[in-house]
Amino acid sequence: MTSHLPALIVLTPLVAALVVPVLAILARVLVRPVAVLSLAASLAASLASLQRVLAEGPWSYHFGGWAPPWGIEYVIDPLSGGMAVLVSFFALLAAFYAPAYLGVLAQLREGALGSLFLLLVAGLLGVVVTGDVFNLFVFLEISSLAVYALVAAGGNRATVAAFRYMLIGTVGASFYLLGIGYLYAATGTLNMADLAARLPAALETRVAAVGLALIAAGLGVKVALFPLHGWLPDAYSTAPAPVVAFAAAVQTKVAAYAFFRIFYFVVGPGGPVEPLLRLVGLAAAAGIVAGSLLALAQRDFWRMLAYSSVAQLGYVVLGLSLGTRLGLYGALLHILNHALMKGCLFMVAGAVRWRTGRQDIAALTGMARKMPLSMGALFVAAVSMIGLPPTGGFFSKWYLVLGSLEAGAWGYVVVIIVSSLLSAAYFFRVIEQVYLRRAPAPESEAGRKPEEEAGREPEAKAGREQEAGREQEAGREQEPEAATAARRRPWELPWPMLVPILLLGAGVVVAGLSSGFIIREVIQFAVPVEPF
Amino acid sequence: MAPDGLIGHLNYWAIALLFLLGLYGMTVLNNLVKKLMSMNIMQVSIIMFYLNLAQKAGGTFPVLLPGELHPEAAAYVNPLPHALMLTAIVVSLATTGVALALLMRIYRRYGTLEENDILRRMAGR
Repeated sequence: MTSHLPALIVLTPLVAALVVPVLAILARVLVRPVAVLSLAASLAASLASLQRVLAEGPWSYHFGGWAPPWGIEYVIDPLSGGMAVLVSFFALLAAFYAPAYLGVLAQLREGALGSLFLLLVAGLLGVVVTGDVFNLFVFLEISSLAVYALVAAGGNRATVAAFRYMLIGTVGASFYLLGIGYLYAATGTLNMADLAARLPAALETRVAAVGLALIAAGLGVKVALFPLHGWLPDAYSTAPAPVVAFAAAVQTKVAAYAFFRIFYFVVGPGGPVEPLLRLVGLAAAAGIVAGSLLALAQRDFWRMLAYSSVAQLGYVVLGLSLGTRLGLYGALLHILNHALMKGCLFMVAGAVRWRTGRQDIAALTGMARKMPLSMGALFVAAVSMIGLPPTGGFFSKWYLVLGSLEAGAWGYVVVIIVSSLLSAAYFFRVIEQVYLRRAPAPESEAGRKPEEEAGREPEAKAGREQEAGREQEAGREQEPEAATAARRRPWELPWPMLVPILLLGAGVVVAGLSSGFIIREVIQFAVPVEPF
Repeated sequence: MAPDGLIGHLNYWAIALLFLLGLYGMTVLNNLVKKLMSMNIMQVSIIMFYLNLAQKAGGTFPVLLPGELHPEAAAYVNPLPHALMLTAIVVSLATTGVALALLMRIYRRYGTLEENDILRRMAGR
């Protein structure tokens, strides 16, 4: 059994994805336990694999007993093991959060949504553990297709956003596929280890240069690297909260992982790689500044978070493009930290949407009284986004700054500091709304609760805030039940929503305090011995 | 051997043209179905690209006939790209399926598939 752990990481959610729709017809009660158990099993398999890999070194699993260059190989090393743990952990949290958030929708379409979510998780885990560039493409598309459908579950606007996301995402995947076609033409192999052995001979050719440029562009779309980020804000501001929290936390990170894997483990230095990485670094730096500025301009909390994601993904890619050891530490640490804080922020934003049906920043006014625990988590995550110690965001930015200095890139240091100031500007605006402003209308203080629901309708009709009104339409489809349920509960949120939020909020601080430990125990081994 | 340059690589030029045609259609056309069709054209061009990589002059189909004991690899067309493209075709089929389902929902809600009209209806009806 233990010798098949790498396969089980991917196969348990994949099999569960096939079983769940059948269960939804035959025995509805079993759907949720099966989904949660399969994700828990996947997390356990990831943890066990990571532990073994840290003790014994990389672990190659041959599918069906076929030796690597011919058969499909799964490779667990500290990098892929760590990513697998991250992905399956967030999947488990989202699986707890989602049914409570979706309410009626979940009961009606539990089979379909659950199955799609499990497919998404299986696809992402597949990208992480595979040792074959074509296999990576297939898994990338499995996860992308699932996420298009899940985004569309957010209502009418979300469907349009999902269609656009699908067009752009498919272009990205096609570029990637074309790119590995070039590498295949140059080397005759698709296995990562085999490619790594054969590519140096072909690296100076134009074929390799074009192939790598296409791969970088294709994965750039999936990571939402700056000029290719267009799909992200619409998709993330309209989709259901659990989907966004999960996708923002890990989906784009998995694409960043694929980028890292290919450029540092398969290709290695030389030829077109360094100019290409320099270009990618510039795009990332531009994305950091542009994303922060655009986030500052938003009145919709979700869109603000989405643009801030563009900026934060810029940090990750910037670190990956530096090619220095500390820069890579920073990038990997930021993958973890940003997953924790952005997952937390989107879950809190989802909780606010769940209770009020609104998603503009003004909806947060005075929320500190109504939802003290979630707003506490929001505060911690926001502090981490700004990058103040002792939260995780500080440490990853610290390593990114050190990495930039090591590479002699002073410009990037300036970019990181300026963007931190900008994110302080837009997150303090949110914190001010939450903690310092009183709830707006005094008359609502007495009769607020019964009016809450009625108060939403005229708001939408006035269309005062286009962004806010826009969501209402999608929000209303999923929410009315939720708001009534909230009133009856003693807690600010049902516990399946509250616990993941608090866990992530605590995780932000814990990850910050233990960042030295994480680097020493995992990240240090995940970075190639000779970065360039 | 085929000559180099434009004429020798005519098939690849045609594929590049097809790819760019698809990309152009996706960016320029206003109708969402036409965008989807352009996307399919782009995907087909990539499939053609891989299949062209497999081809060689005088190569035969890669099936081992009963009598042959020591097959010469060079005599066969490379079967791997074909196998890869079967998977890629399935992926593109699934993408098209999801896209059509999304388009049905969009059409049911907005009554049109012209992107401009949808955006106008979203903004203020």
